[in-house]
Amino acid sequence: MSDAPSHLRYTKSHEWIETVNDGTYRIGISDHAQDLLGDMVFVELPEVGQALNATDECAVVESVKAASDVYSPLSGEVVAVNEALADSPDLVNRDPYGDGWLFVVKASDESELGELMSAEQYVELSSDD
Amino acid sequence: MGARTPLYQEHVNLGAKIVDFAGWDMPLHYGSQVEEHYKVRGEAGMFDVSHMTFVDLKGPRVREYLRFLLANNVDRLQTYGRALYTCMLNEQGGVVDDLIVYFLGETHFRMVVNAGTHDKDMAWIEQHAQPFDVDVSEITDVALLAVQGPQARDKVHTMLSDAQREKAAALAPFNAVEVEGFFISRTGYTGEDGYEVMIPAGQAVEFWRGLHENGVYPVGLGARDTLRLEAGMDLYSADMDETTTPLEAGLKWTVAWEPPERNFIGREALEPQYNATPARKLVGLILDDRGVLRGHQRVIVDGEAVGEVTSGSFSPTLGKAIAFARVPYDVEDNVLVEMRGKQLPARVVKPPFVRHGKACFE
Repeated sequence: MSDAPSHLRYTKSHEWIETVNDGTYRIGISDHAQDLLGDMVFVELPEVGQALNATDECAVVESVKAASDVYSPLSGEVVAVNEALADSPDLVNRDPYGDGWLFVVKASDESELGELMSAEQYVELSSDD
Repeated sequence: MGARTPLYQEHVNLGAKIVDFAGWDMPLHYGSQVEEHYKVRGEAGMFDVSHMTFVDLKGPRVREYLRFLLANNVDRLQTYGRALYTCMLNEQGGVVDDLIVYFLGETHFRMVVNAGTHDKDMAWIEQHAQPFDVDVSEITDVALLAVQGPQARDKVHTMLSDAQREKAAALAPFNAVEVEGFFISRTGYTGEDGYEVMIPAGQAVEFWRGLHENGVYPVGLGARDTLRLEAGMDLYSADMDETTTPLEAGLKWTVAWEPPERNFIGREALEPQYNATPARKLVGLILDDRGVLRGHQRVIVDGEAVGEVTSGSFSPTLGKAIAFARVPYDVEDNVLVEMRGKQLPARVVKPPFVRHGKACFE
């Protein structure tokens, strides 16, 4: 069974969102998503400074099986990206909620957080896949 | 639920991701297919390929029958246990299937054909066997384990009886021997040394577990595909099928034209391609950019879509994507491949991509 930590929030498209501090949020893909995709071979990330709207395609995770778009759960500006993924895309497989994070957004509209799911809701949704 | 091999429960116990393959519940990987790929290139891995189809052919006229049925010439098989890779063609020269045929005696040959083509192959084999009075019987109560990698043969030897080990160790590549109920063949689909061992179904679990305890890693269908692709080996239904000839699939070397008087199914249709050049050919592609080549992506030359990728993947050994593509005969050097709305340059190369564990290209 894949794991979904309860301190994170989730989207239907399998991103997770962690509150870092003061309006910034770290984003990655769920354990369930990495498990469905299999071994990651390339990760394309947004640029630091890039402006995002919620639900924008902003990254691509490509595995041996398929390329999959990552959608920004929040509107705002990209303030950090995980550079380590360029050489070690497998971090997304090995540690999806930790070292396999994708990028950090400074949110411009925190009311969008209300649209996100709890871990419990996410596990229920993803158990149907 | 699909059909299950004698090792199905072992795969489940090892945490395999099980997928449907041609109606069989088979392991795709046991955690990481890339890791499994490296184990085969560097050490030893084992694959359950019991879903494949095994056919015994017997009768006084079996050699004559196979001379007609197969595009390669079974007259190349004159010593016990010798194996031959060949295509079986239809009258149009299209590939019905590719297979391995073994010579076990003047009245006994054995073939291993693909799982995905079981029904049509059996119908085709039986239909053509009738005029030659050849008895066709499928072997069903067995498991086939492919054990591959630089350490594979030594690991298998630890699981054999003295008599089996002695005979196996003496096998040259592409030869097989049957000893005490085990059919041991020095063949494979990875480009590495190793064996394919056919054993009675009832002994499969013990053999599998013994190899595992001896440090042979279980490997699923995912790595099987990347290993064969790196090794430059075609996959039936992706790289060739009934609409392509062996000459359009990089398999000219498997068609035996001599002697000219040997009539085989498809020969007449192939002659014009053999004497001139075929319209299309199968080439290798390497993508230096980030991205993965995958089946059915379009190949572009001078702004025009001229062909497509037949099978592609990420090559763990090269660290970049590789593929086979079917393109017009005169295509050389570089092409563009369309993926995800972009056109990326790919190098045209002659497979294999990897030989004896070493990359053949940068």
